[in-house]
Amino acid sequence: MEDLLAYIISRYNYWAAIILLLIGLYGMIAKNNLLKKVIGMTIFQAAIILFYVSIGDKRGATIPILAHGHDGAHQAVEAAAYANPLPHVLMLTAIVVGVSTLGVALAILQKIYRVHGTIEEDEILETIDQ
Amino acid sequence: MTWDASLLWQFDLLILPMVIICAIAALSFKDLVSCAVISGAFSFLMCLLWTEMLAVDVAFTEAAVGAGVSTVLLLGTALHVKRKSKD
Repeated sequence: MEDLLAYIISRYNYWAAIILLLIGLYGMIAKNNLLKKVIGMTIFQAAIILFYVSIGDKRGATIPILAHGHDGAHQAVEAAAYANPLPHVLMLTAIVVGVSTLGVALAILQKIYRVHGTIEEDEILETIDQ
Repeated sequence: MTWDASLLWQFDLLILPMVIICAIAALSFKDLVSCAVISGAFSFLMCLLWTEMLAVDVAFTEAAVGAGVSTVLLLGTALHVKRKSKD
């Protein structure tokens, strides 16, 4: 029982990622203001990136840059001494895609404001019904 | 799925609650400019977290793009539209 408890508590990064995912989902679904929905989406993306970067972390490792340069190319690389760089590279792409998504979302939001005069969801629905 | 508490767990326990508080605050303020600034602080805290988790490349991309460009875009939009939110 205590082993299980220690196992669950020591993986607190995953719990933080789950909490951030739920906060972002709540913002996207329950908030009435469109800008807050967009902020919820960025929080959701940050939570997913946190989950992936947590997988690449290792205990007792250092940053994934080889300590010996091109002269020592014949030496074997000790993989346990470096954090796994594969999730980092994938999430680098995800951050850039996230910013372009944010830019398009905010452009559409400004167009909606220009047409409807508001960014509150219920007021936009009222103006559509008229 | 082998992640375990890293050696710098003190930084983790300091930064993770601040990240969660910033996420809740960014969604709960009624002033949209405050929401934009708080989400910039959220991005900066995530950048600190990634430096501490040995992902320095992700960290400096987040500092330049997440805390820089995203905050400017959100601030520009928040100042352009009506500033007060209902919820």
